[in-house]
Amino acid sequence: MKKIISLLVVGVMAVAMLAGCGVTNSGGRVSTDGSTSMEKVIGALGESFMAENKNVTFTYNPTGSGSGIKAVLEGRCDIGLSSRSLKDEEKAQGLKETILAYDGIAIIVSPANPVSDLSLEQIAAIYTGEITNWQDVGGNDASIVLIGREAGSGTRDGFESITDTVDACQYRQELTSTGDVITTVSQNPDAIGYASLASVKDSVKMLSVGDVTPSEGTVKDGSYVIQRPFVLVTKDGTALSETAQKFFDYITSEAAADIISAAGAVAAN
Amino acid sequence: MKDKKKAFERAVHGVFLILGLTSVCCVLLITVYLIISGIPAIHEIGLIEFLFGTTWASTAAEPAYGILPFILTSVYGTAGAIVIGVPIGFMAAVYLAKVAPPKVKTVMESAVSLLAGIPSVVYGLVGMLVLVPGIRKMFHVPDGASLLAAIIVLAVMILPSIIKVSVTALEAVPKEYEDASLALGATPVETCFRVSVPAAKSGIAAAVVLGVGRAIGEAMAVMMVSGNAANMPSLFQSVRFLTTAVASEMSYAAGLQREALFSIALVLFLFIMLINATLNFFLKRSKEG
Repeated sequence: MKKIISLLVVGVMAVAMLAGCGVTNSGGRVSTDGSTSMEKVIGALGESFMAENKNVTFTYNPTGSGSGIKAVLEGRCDIGLSSRSLKDEEKAQGLKETILAYDGIAIIVSPANPVSDLSLEQIAAIYTGEITNWQDVGGNDASIVLIGREAGSGTRDGFESITDTVDACQYRQELTSTGDVITTVSQNPDAIGYASLASVKDSVKMLSVGDVTPSEGTVKDGSYVIQRPFVLVTKDGTALSETAQKFFDYITSEAAADIISAAGAVAAN
Repeated sequence: MKDKKKAFERAVHGVFLILGLTSVCCVLLITVYLIISGIPAIHEIGLIEFLFGTTWASTAAEPAYGILPFILTSVYGTAGAIVIGVPIGFMAAVYLAKVAPPKVKTVMESAVSLLAGIPSVVYGLVGMLVLVPGIRKMFHVPDGASLLAAIIVLAVMILPSIIKVSVTALEAVPKEYEDASLALGATPVETCFRVSVPAAKSGIAAAVVLGVGRAIGEAMAVMMVSGNAANMPSLFQSVRFLTTAVASEMSYAAGLQREALFSIALVLFLFIMLINATLNFFLKRSKEG
């Protein structure tokens, strides 16, 4: 009997605490704006934040990194989202970056392809059409089939900016999803493609880049170079609203790391 | 009592009228919306440059919005599908309408109906997993995702409409024509091709136009097998159709790029209107003839 009563008391207290949380945050709003590549990560974080804090409204406006940074500058949102580091001139305008997570982009080929390592320069040369035969990089005598993503894809943007091949890639196929890229590459022994590290399956082989195998560890310590940061952009010297600060602390805490990795990125903290 | 009945009749008429107008309203709404959202980009880019520009680089630092590759791809792709699909479909229709024994006919007709009911994404999937690697191996090209793959998928997809409409047209040919031909000593094959087919030619033409309409409007299946690179069309090259150009960039597009996608949709819409007008022309003639 006593046990039941104490359990009940604990239950009531827990409910009261949760309710207390809700009260302190009633009517709070957090608005984020920016990178489309961060949709999965920020969406998952926003959902769990809203689940833990009732009455808080979380909004995410997927407009692209550039316009997200602009939105922070103009005060149109609390936190800007960018899937690239801030440029110096952007920092000079009083913006501050906090790295939320890292996203690795894996270079994939068919398991039948003997090539298992390429340097960043080789990858760039392959994608710009300078190297067109696998023979030149130690593979079979076969034409290289370049598989990429559609214009506007965050992964394509990340890949092209890291390999310095923006608008210069000679794609054979431009597919509209990560899954399509993986399926197509797995089907063609001469194909090469890129996909978000978290999505890569066993049906394709991940290449090491400059002898570094892509993994959560190598992405985190920076030795795997084809990666980009997911950045939270705020205004330096301007305090966030109470709710926005709470959200900021929440997503950069260790507790959020699991959610971030479940969404396919490597948490920075 | 009579008045009540009359009022009821009128009410039912009103309901039918509204329901009938719904589809008309939808068409009007879409047309107006497409024109309003499609014109500004054409105006900004310039009609000639938009329709006859050969480079499409909507997200480049210096964007180019030329849709000639898409237009040509759609035209070539549809033409290719017709070249492969029409002879097969037409012969199948002749067989079904004039030669096949009833049992075979029942089985084949239900198979054709089933073919018509397969969702286009399934065509695309089978094409992607079977046809694309097949083309790669058969023609020794580096990659099978090409205009040819799209043409073959489209040819199969338009078969049902061609067969069904042609069969109906051939069956509508009065039996007396054929009997007269046979009585004059013509063989069944001669009767078929010299009498029945010419008599049904408007209906068969309508079937072809219907096939063209289906082929040019298809997006999902061709998107999965054609590779989607904005190249000028060539049989073994990766190509992008008018439909897939809209579908593949819509989710990310903003600003002028988005408006240009609406302009592509408008061009596609005009193509389809043209095809529908042709279809109506043939159908009218087939009724009169």
